[in-house]
Amino acid sequence: MAKKILIVGGGLAGTIIANGLCRQLGKELRANEVTITVIGNDEQHMYQPGLLYVPFGRIREKELFRDQRSVLDRRIVFHIDPATKIDIAAKSVATESGNTFEYDYLVLATGSRLRPDTIPGMSEGAHWFYDLEGARKMREALDEFDGGKIIVNVNAPHKCPVAPLEITFMLRDYLQSRGVWDKTEIIYTYPIGRLHALEPVANWAQPEFDKAGIKYETFFNTKSVDAEKKIISSEEESDLEYDMLVTIPPHHGAAVISDSGLGAGGWVPTDRETLLHNGTDNIFVCGDTTNIPISKAGSTAHFEADTIIDNLASLVTEGRMARKYDGKVFCFIETGMDEGTYVWFNYQTPPNPGPPSQMVHWFKLAYNRLYWLSARGLL
Amino acid sequence: MTQRTTIDARGSFCPGPLMELIANLKLVEIGDEIEVLSTDEGSAKDIPAWVKKVKHEMVGIDQKGDVWHVVVRKMK
Repeated sequence: MAKKILIVGGGLAGTIIANGLCRQLGKELRANEVTITVIGNDEQHMYQPGLLYVPFGRIREKELFRDQRSVLDRRIVFHIDPATKIDIAAKSVATESGNTFEYDYLVLATGSRLRPDTIPGMSEGAHWFYDLEGARKMREALDEFDGGKIIVNVNAPHKCPVAPLEITFMLRDYLQSRGVWDKTEIIYTYPIGRLHALEPVANWAQPEFDKAGIKYETFFNTKSVDAEKKIISSEEESDLEYDMLVTIPPHHGAAVISDSGLGAGGWVPTDRETLLHNGTDNIFVCGDTTNIPISKAGSTAHFEADTIIDNLASLVTEGRMARKYDGKVFCFIETGMDEGTYVWFNYQTPPNPGPPSQMVHWFKLAYNRLYWLSARGLL
Repeated sequence: MTQRTTIDARGSFCPGPLMELIANLKLVEIGDEIEVLSTDEGSAKDIPAWVKKVKHEMVGIDQKGDVWHVVVRKMK
């Protein structure tokens, strides 16, 4: 009887794992000893980090997408059929179409979603760039912006933790190039007492903000937005007026996770080294879906995926786990339209970002294209 | 009945213990407690400062070896 590997989620994590398993289990696939099935939500695979460039017209929308089928190895069985209920006792996943998929090994890679609706007034009063529709609207608003007060507002939890800093620096460069920077004030708000979760990044960003004339307010957790009066209020009892509000909305995990009783907020309790759902030995969790206190970022998902590929392939072929995830995260940081830096860290090694350079910026632009090789498991 | 959730944020550089606490407070009921485990010495100052600012309640801070156990009660 073939071992059934079922991957729920066709985003970055699910796709890399499925393709990686094909490479490692080629012999078993040929012998029909294993099957790999992916259940996804969309026909199109989106490169989410590219959304950062959409508000500034710096990327063409079609560059963000590939046909999901073309990104997956042809040996993978792929269904566009969103999961609606995961029953770990019965080892099965029910889907929107009424199908039921059984598994021996399950990978949960259902990702995260934006929840501006959890803060009163935010959906009506704010712009964001973390999805395509929001990024398009923000582009239109920026086209019409001719000066005033912009608030860049960050909420917890959110993915891609450096993107709020990136969008702020890019806004400055964009508004300078349009000649409206002198009529603009940017205020950046952050939930904790510094400008970024990573202390060295915060220590680097603060003098950069000071130099650029970007203002900031820390310990700001959004309570509500008054879209009519254009005022954003915090739990810390601060009210800020704005002309344009750019928010990073709070995130939740996928509804199917909470609906299946697998984790509050849609985050699955996960062992930080084995990446197994706590209390199980056949359910791996990857990327934003975990509740591990680590950055929700594409690189996190990628490094976790590499670990899961090795462990799952090893379980199938040798009956044992191969290795532990070391907590590695790597993030490029755009520090404007022409320069960038990067930061990496793991559970043992603190981050230490280097000085920004054009070279790193170009490498990030190159990676925006190279990503498609990563998704296919070639890079 | 009061529930207590534990966040193991040891070695978490990003998003870090306080950001994890803020995110998790949104998922629990008023009156529930969250215990944050942190190896970041700053947590022993940052977390109480923020908790006081937003008017939640500090239940306790305890250092066991190099790990701080910070317990907070959601009040609103």
